[in-house]
Amino acid sequence: MITEKEIWSALEIVKDPEIPTLSMVDMGIITKVEVRGESNVYVEMTPTFTGCPAIKMMENMVADRLKEIGIETIQVTTTFDKPWNSNKLTERGLMCLKKHGLAPPPKHEGEITMELLEHSICPHCGSKNTDMKTPFGPTLCRSMHYCNDCLQAFEQFKPVV
Amino acid sequence: MEHIKELLYKMADDLLVIGHRNSEWTGLGPILEEDIAFSSMAQDKIGHSQALFQILHELGEPEPDTNAFMREAKQFHNAQFLELQNDDYDFSTIRHFLFDHADQLRFDNLANSSYEPLAKVARKIKGELKYHVFHADIWLNKLGNGNEESHARMQTALNNAWNYALGMFEKGDYEAQLIADNTFEGEQSLQNRWLAVITPIIEKANLKIPAEKDWEPVLGGRKGYHTENLDQLVNEMSEVFRIEPGAEW
Repeated sequence: MITEKEIWSALEIVKDPEIPTLSMVDMGIITKVEVRGESNVYVEMTPTFTGCPAIKMMENMVADRLKEIGIETIQVTTTFDKPWNSNKLTERGLMCLKKHGLAPPPKHEGEITMELLEHSICPHCGSKNTDMKTPFGPTLCRSMHYCNDCLQAFEQFKPVV
Repeated sequence: MEHIKELLYKMADDLLVIGHRNSEWTGLGPILEEDIAFSSMAQDKIGHSQALFQILHELGEPEPDTNAFMREAKQFHNAQFLELQNDDYDFSTIRHFLFDHADQLRFDNLANSSYEPLAKVARKIKGELKYHVFHADIWLNKLGNGNEESHARMQTALNNAWNYALGMFEKGDYEAQLIADNTFEGEQSLQNRWLAVITPIIEKANLKIPAEKDWEPVLGGRKGYHTENLDQLVNEMSEVFRIEPGAEW
């Protein structure tokens, strides 16, 4: 019988549709994997933002991947039992964001303050001499910033508690 | 569960209606960043309302899309404040500021609700609302302390919005029960906390809350009494859905 560990590693290649360098596992949105019998797998997911329009699509991507490795009975559901927060991104996830040109979210201590949002580290040149232009960006999970040193705009994956 | 349904309906409708109004700024924002901000907040609000409609569905109410798009205006429980037209950017910003602080405080409180399905969703939503409140505070301060015109327009908008904003705290029939079983702190307590939070921010923006003797909350929205603005909004919002209610999109 397939093990939970094998399911987790099979899911590592399922990427975020909006950030193709980042896997859903590294994003921290897959919260539970259960083998419920021979070829019977249950997966729980949770969205980064409540209004994330991609969550249905991501459920389908997870189910498709499980089909691909031969699982016959698949149930994927979305719950708020273990809500996502940006500290759930793995170290590898943070690296992947950077590779995609997005500033990773700074670790938070349970509270988001203006101080935490300003002076993000520029993913292009590493400078801290940056300003937040707006807390909203092209998707709900990103804000927009400007680097005063390399004079480039960049986006940050928002810290969320 | 009637008391919980009442609470969920008024919140879900507030969020759906303001979400739709926010979306009306898409393509029309005064600058690109504001266009994106109001569009993003629209998406958040509608997502939050959907999560609440989902809980209602689990309590036996119609499924979320049907509930959102197949009711008539008189069946909505939102405060009238949220259905008013966007008007100019000054009024939209003031409404955003007054509503979002109340919304943040409401979800903060509900994160500790004894009704666990709601508490779970509230714990997620309250973190997201931080960004709405930051955004509102920045613009209130910028425009309140901007030039003579921006200051005057913000003050006028605040005066016009105020009594409608007080209507957000209209009590429902089940108020006592919601408080007694620790589902929700109650509207009076929420309003007190809201006033304590917004007053210093308004003062810092060099604006004045209307004198207390003139406070006359605009009530009725929670009981289905609305302005004609809501008819217009509901018709527009549900136009596509009603063409083919069962369609898969």
